[in-house]
Amino acid sequence: MDISIFQVIWFVLWGVLWAVYFMLDGFVLGTGFLSGIIAKNDTEKRVLINSIGPVWDGNEVWLLTAGGATFAAFPTTYALMFSNLYSALILLLFALIVRGVSFEFRGKLDGAVWKSSWDKAIIFSSFLPALLFGVAFGNIFKGIPMRNDFVNLQFTYEGGLLGLLNPYGLVTGVLFVLLFAVHGSLYLSLKTVGELSSRSLALANKIWPALLVVAVVFLAFTYPSTKLYDNYLQAPLLLIVPLIAVASLLLIKLFAGKGEKGKAFIFSCLTILFVVFTGVTGLFPNLLPSNLDAASNLTIYNSSSSLITLKLMTVVALIVVPTVIAYKIWVYRIFRAPVTSEEVLADKQAY
Amino acid sequence: MDVVYLSQLQFAATCMFHWIFVPLTLGLSIMTAWMETKYVRTGDETWLRMTKFWGKLFLINFALGVVTGITMEFQFGLNWAEFSRYVGDIFGAPLAIEATVTFFLESVFIGVWIFGWKKVSKNVHALTIWLAAIGTNLSALWILLANAWMQHPVGFVIRNGRAEMNDFLAVVTNSYGWIKFTHTVLSGYALAAFLIMGISAWHLLKKNEVDFFKRSFRFAAVWGFVASMIVGISGDFHAVEIAKVQPSKFAAMESIWETKKNAEMCLLLVPNVKEECNAFEALRIPGMLSFLAFHDTTAEVKGLKDFPKELRPPVTPTFLSFRLMVGIGTFMILASLAAIFLSRRDRFEDNRLFLAIMVLAIPLPYLAQQLGWIVAELGRQPWVVYGVLKTADAVSKSVTATQVLLSLLGFTILYGILGAIDIFLLVKYAKKGPDSDLSNIIDVQGRR
Ligand code: HDD
Ligand code: HEM
Ligand code: HEM
Repeated sequence: MDISIFQVIWFVLWGVLWAVYFMLDGFVLGTGFLSGIIAKNDTEKRVLINSIGPVWDGNEVWLLTAGGATFAAFPTTYALMFSNLYSALILLLFALIVRGVSFEFRGKLDGAVWKSSWDKAIIFSSFLPALLFGVAFGNIFKGIPMRNDFVNLQFTYEGGLLGLLNPYGLVTGVLFVLLFAVHGSLYLSLKTVGELSSRSLALANKIWPALLVVAVVFLAFTYPSTKLYDNYLQAPLLLIVPLIAVASLLLIKLFAGKGEKGKAFIFSCLTILFVVFTGVTGLFPNLLPSNLDAASNLTIYNSSSSLITLKLMTVVALIVVPTVIAYKIWVYRIFRAPVTSEEVLADKQAY
Repeated sequence: MDVVYLSQLQFAATCMFHWIFVPLTLGLSIMTAWMETKYVRTGDETWLRMTKFWGKLFLINFALGVVTGITMEFQFGLNWAEFSRYVGDIFGAPLAIEATVTFFLESVFIGVWIFGWKKVSKNVHALTIWLAAIGTNLSALWILLANAWMQHPVGFVIRNGRAEMNDFLAVVTNSYGWIKFTHTVLSGYALAAFLIMGISAWHLLKKNEVDFFKRSFRFAAVWGFVASMIVGISGDFHAVEIAKVQPSKFAAMESIWETKKNAEMCLLLVPNVKEECNAFEALRIPGMLSFLAFHDTTAEVKGLKDFPKELRPPVTPTFLSFRLMVGIGTFMILASLAAIFLSRRDRFEDNRLFLAIMVLAIPLPYLAQQLGWIVAELGRQPWVVYGVLKTADAVSKSVTATQVLLSLLGFTILYGILGAIDIFLLVKYAKKGPDSDLSNIIDVQGRR
């Protein structure tokens, strides 16, 4: 088979891995940065942390897989995306490091200062990645100032950290934050009981209008700032993707308003998946465009691995990804019951 | 300071920090799984208490292993963009396989293990820690195959301005990688065994929970001895392989300057890099070096002078690290052998001198671990992929020295704080001793 088929397969997988990562870590990040608002006392905070406790690490691995897949399938993109966005990604890394340990460390000592420090750490280290991922993807959609010469292998970057904080990048950042906020509070409404659950649902309902406004701004702003619409203009059938995203977004409110938490959460999962698919579909066949000249774009064709590596990785992905999904579903089923404060107080092993 | 140097410094610092936690994870995950299996098989509550106590330490340690690992995954792109672009076709595959195959296994099932005591049956619960432990050990396999490829590149061609894979089987069956895997993973088991013995010895000195810690000590002594033996043997295989494929590293490890047949080994030796000779040599064993390198006392061993100066690794640190690692390894074999015999005795908790030695020995395997990586990585310099790509050509071009300096500073502060907290917690929970009341778990599990 021709290499371009595998390049397209890996583009699709690349988009799917990122989308699944945002869907899964989205509610963990949302839970994290909303914990200060939703939880009123130490027991409630522990309930929140324990509701994500069994799954957060497994969810974060989707990020490692997305990164690893970029490396294996599109090494040139991996190299230039990460080194060009160096400072932003280092900040992201620091935040993810702090977030991971703060779940583990918070419950290990009893002091009030100890606990409140980790509470702040959780909020900050969950908010920052949500924002930075959005800013990063906004800039990926928009293109970054790089010049790449694939013949002489000369690659230069003309931007800096502050350049990433352009209006479009920031709007995308806020979009991600609000998406994860709604997603996280819906997750919590499902995974907790009583007052905590209704408080979470009410918060989701309260944030939703803001999300709608920002989503509209984002879609409108995308037209002058990016070339994402080009693919849709060429093949209008593709518009089904953003339409599903918009429909899901509206259905969240419909069900959340009626108190049907399960359905609302399913549609917030779909919203996140299809928002990412919308962007990625518009990007094709670019992985990271340049905003200086189109010849510098990193595409699936000029940055991919060789045929043999792509074939190998396809076989691996076909075997492993379904297996992972199967056992993850099993795990979510084991932990499907909401977390209660009695349970958390009785268990010394809990976070 | 230039970007290459700062990036090297940052890479070494973040690797070595990751490596403080990884070996214990490798060893303690398997040993905890073993303990839980014993509990499931025998129903003996002490094994459950051991699972819980050592498992707690495992988890505190595991947390930092995970978060420092994220850094590792991304810094190839961040700091070594030219490396990633040039060898990604072949190096990216094992890394991606590691993430999809093994990180999922360990992270998902660790979650069930921590939170599932009352949600799944006894057998399934024991299974989850096995899956996590196997995942952890398999992740070591893939990352070490990747690292071994950098030490001894195989299965590739230079094409399209980069190294492209043409034989995946060769990458996976790289003997350098399998030796490395054996040596590294078993050194993790040895480290964990010495930690268990050391903590148990501390409690025995204080006469806390004597039965519990005697059983833990005996359990670990056997693991410690078997693992240390394999570490030593595989280390010897390692050296033989290196003499064959990386002669410049071997020469630096032993500090030999002249190429010689029937080369001798000096147990005591001080290299003099300026004069290209050894300033001091004593306790000579004729033919020993040829024997160690090729298992043949008459074989020819290459000296450093055979390599142009710019292709030699830093001799003194490579040499000293190697000697010290081997010294610690020898000590560990002897100490764990003694531990097996002494701990068979009925009242071995009264042998205070021996117990004190075992407490003081806790840091030694940690030191040997770090030294081992210094030998492996520093000894490979100036190459990042031996014979294929120089370190100086591997660095990211769009990253400035200021950026790396700032991130290095950030890592130092962040890792410093987190490391201190983690070690503080480990010590605290190690000193606290096991929980006595596990009836709530046993009750629930009994009803299933
Ligand atoms: C011999 C084993 C070994 C070696 C050489 C390395 N690691 Fe590691 N790594 C592990 C063995 C391990 C582990 C024992 O499996 C850890 C420790 C805690 C854990 O979750 O898994 C781990 C964690 C860990 C994680 C977090 C996984 C999670 O979230 O569950 C990542 C992303 C990496 N590592 C990546 C790397 C990279 C890119 C390395 C090389 C440069 C590296 N590790 C060296
Ligand atoms: C797949 C895994 C690894 C890869 C790709 C890798 C690659 C590299 C690279 C790119 C460098 C920087 C250039 C240099 O050699 O100076 C380096 C150096 C180094 N790495 Fe590794 N390495 C790996 C695993 C590790 C691990 C797990 C450790 C753990 C401690 C480690 C320890 C070191 C040390 C001590 C140096 C020497 C730094 C110096 O040059 O001063 N390496 N390696
Ligand atoms: C008993 C004698 C020992 C011998 C002969 C020995 C030999 C070696 C050699 C030759 C290397 C270099 C591999 C390379 O350059 O790629 C190495 C690396 C290493 N050693 Fe040892 N070693 C011994 C003991 C130990 C001990 C006790 C530990 C830790 C508890 C240890 C941990 C390591 C580690 C982590 C590495 C780096 C990974 C690797 O390259 O395998 N070694 N050892």
